[in-house]
Amino acid sequence: MTLLEIKDLTVGFDTEDGLVHAVRGVSLDLAEGEILALCGESGCGKSVTGMSIPRLLPPDSTRLSGSIRLDGRELTGLPEAELRRVRGKDVSVVFQEPMTSLNPSFTVGYQIGEVLRRHEKLSWKAARARAVDLLRLVGIPAPERRINEYPHQLSGGMRQRVVIAIAVACSPRVLIADEPTTALDVTIQAGVLDVFRDLRDRLGTAIILITHDLGVVADIADRAVVMYAGRAVEQAPVGELFARPRHPYTLGLMKALPTAAAAGADGRLRLAEIPGMLPSSLSDPAACLFHDRCPRAKDDCVTAVPELAASGPGHLAACFYPLEDGSR
Amino acid sequence: MILRVDNLVKHYGAGRGAVVHAADGVSLEIAQGEVLGLVGESGSGKSTVGKCVLRLTEPTSGTIELDGRDITHLSRRALRPLRRDVHMVFQDPYSSLNPRFTIEQIVAEPLRRHGVAKGGEVSRRVTAMMERVGLPRQMLARFPHELSGGQRQRVGLARALILEPKLVVADEPVSALDVSVQASVLNLITDLQRDMGFSCLFITHDLSVVRFLADRIAVMYLGEIVETGPTDQIFAEPRHPYTQALLSAAPVPDPVEQRQRRRVVLGGEIPSPLDPPPGCRFHTRCPLAQDVCRTAVPALRDPYGGRHTVACHLVTDEKIPDATAAH
Ligand SMILES: Nc1ncnc2c1ncn2[C@@H]1O[C@H](COP(=O)(O)OP(=O)(O)OP(=O)(O)O)[C@@H](O)[C@H]1O
Ligand SMILES: Nc1ncnc2c1ncn2[C@@H]1O[C@H](COP(=O)(O)OP(=O)(O)OP(=O)(O)O)[C@@H](O)[C@H]1O
Ligand SMILES: [Mg+2]
Ligand SMILES: [Mg+2]
Repeated sequence: MTLLEIKDLTVGFDTEDGLVHAVRGVSLDLAEGEILALCGESGCGKSVTGMSIPRLLPPDSTRLSGSIRLDGRELTGLPEAELRRVRGKDVSVVFQEPMTSLNPSFTVGYQIGEVLRRHEKLSWKAARARAVDLLRLVGIPAPERRINEYPHQLSGGMRQRVVIAIAVACSPRVLIADEPTTALDVTIQAGVLDVFRDLRDRLGTAIILITHDLGVVADIADRAVVMYAGRAVEQAPVGELFARPRHPYTLGLMKALPTAAAAGADGRLRLAEIPGMLPSSLSDPAACLFHDRCPRAKDDCVTAVPELAASGPGHLAACFYPLEDGSR
Repeated sequence: MILRVDNLVKHYGAGRGAVVHAADGVSLEIAQGEVLGLVGESGSGKSTVGKCVLRLTEPTSGTIELDGRDITHLSRRALRPLRRDVHMVFQDPYSSLNPRFTIEQIVAEPLRRHGVAKGGEVSRRVTAMMERVGLPRQMLARFPHELSGGQRQRVGLARALILEPKLVVADEPVSALDVSVQASVLNLITDLQRDMGFSCLFITHDLSVVRFLADRIAVMYLGEIVETGPTDQIFAEPRHPYTQALLSAAPVPDPVEQRQRRRVVLGGEIPSPLDPPPGCRFHTRCPLAQDVCRTAVPALRDPYGGRHTVACHLVTDEKIPDATAAH
């Protein structure tokens, strides 16, 4: 069942330099209990796409159009007061840096309890009991003791678990996690990814996982959207995406990874590079934005925007000349 | 050996007599033209070792030999000529590039400081170096903020290499870069290293990066080196349970393989470097820990030869522990 449906989302920001085109007509959907990864390189619009859903964007400079429907209900036109109810209750967010979401001067238990009291109208006693359960759910040992501790008494991995506990306190339908493990060590990351998997399995939470790490995508996501310069250039179930990338940019990313190093003609190990640079976010040409870096580009790539089109089971690619099977 | 670090200790005072054990008895060697990858998690002491090697921070004890010469106690003044031989590349080239200098001034600065070139020779060498790191000549007149992250890291490399140092200490030089930019900087580093022949201490937390470019690897945990060896061997047959855990935790970008891998799940948390555990420092998280691990400090040994050393009581002449099998 489709839970969240985004259609033609376009987000720009007014800046001194002009209008920044952050997201350029992205469409995607998220099913109940699904883990969808939004991936791509820095500045491609992952966070802005994610934050458009609870509309955590600067109100004065943001220009947003398109449609975002949660359970059929349109979110884009909602007044701020109603959005506040959506946030935390229907849609909640986990950021990269746990300390940006935690208040250093309150105990962990108080901070989780606060959310429960506000949204669920629980008593302090009931909220505290729930908080212990939530800490246990996110894999914090000895939760009865931890609940009385302050954020600075916890390690980075533990803090992120607390943030996740707060985010899922009111059983949101959609959890948006923006680079939730990027600041963590790999041995800690593995445990935090397990928490997300577990939340999905036990509570059926749908998760949008924003990450630039294709290893994380391969590990945990059901489906992935690859973004480039504000556009979704490819979407597919993860197995399909890695086995048969269709968009030349997706393939370029996969081949540029150090794990994909291959010996060159002289026997030296080399990485495949993607030549050129990102296009400016200040202009919005009617072209494939990857054309000047693409080995397959032809004339029409410069004069028209390729739309997302089917190219396999559940597989969409925005390319006039998608790769064939066996390109990897 | 270009670099020989012996029993390096670095303790930082943390107030009220508390001491951060940032590096405790670190020994390592780098041969001429060799790249040693120093890996380990955040706070394990990698940067501390790098800074001690460059004498950017003073070691508490131990010795550092550069090209056969003990530099541990050299005065600032005596150290100066040696600064030509060792250079550092930082993670964030932006904070290490003076924003008021042009790229030309930045790259030329080491030549001027050491008085190794004058006038036309300076600009000849700067231009040649810019070409070598793949930056167009027009960039010489620009300022750091006008460059992209990858371009700035190329400037950082140009500045580090212009004196043709014997040793380069690179601290997370590609960690802030996007995959596609990282690929070109990594290719550049390997090309430069092979062509110019410098030795390199390459510090990173990214195992796939060291696998790509290091000849040898040293793994740190809580201020100590727990394993060293040739890169291929470390990846094929990690011996220390911590190395096994680290390798198994880094997700590989292949869903079929990734979802079949056996992972070592580490219990507990990384202990505080203020009060490292007795015995083997890893015992509080090691799934295989025995009584001996809690009391006796394991020495780095090379039980099977081949310069593959490991500090673990459970590695014997007959047996290598397998943390992935523990549960
Ligand atoms: N408040 C803002 N005002 C102006 N431009 C913005 C604002 N927020 C984001 N942008 C721009 O929008 C584009 C997309 O940014 P976004 O943060 O979504 O990228 P991202 O894919 O999340 O990148 P990263 O991996 O670095 O987090 C970028 O060009 C960014 O500079
Ligand atoms: N100047 C300092 N004063 C006090 N403690 C310090 C100082 N520099 C580093 N430390 C501490 O020493 C330990 C080792 O730090 P170091 O920076 O060497 O780790 P690292 O392995 O480079 O970590 P990262 O991967 O996060 O860069 C840490 O606990 C750190 O907090
Ligand atoms: Mg982002
Ligand atoms: Mg460091």
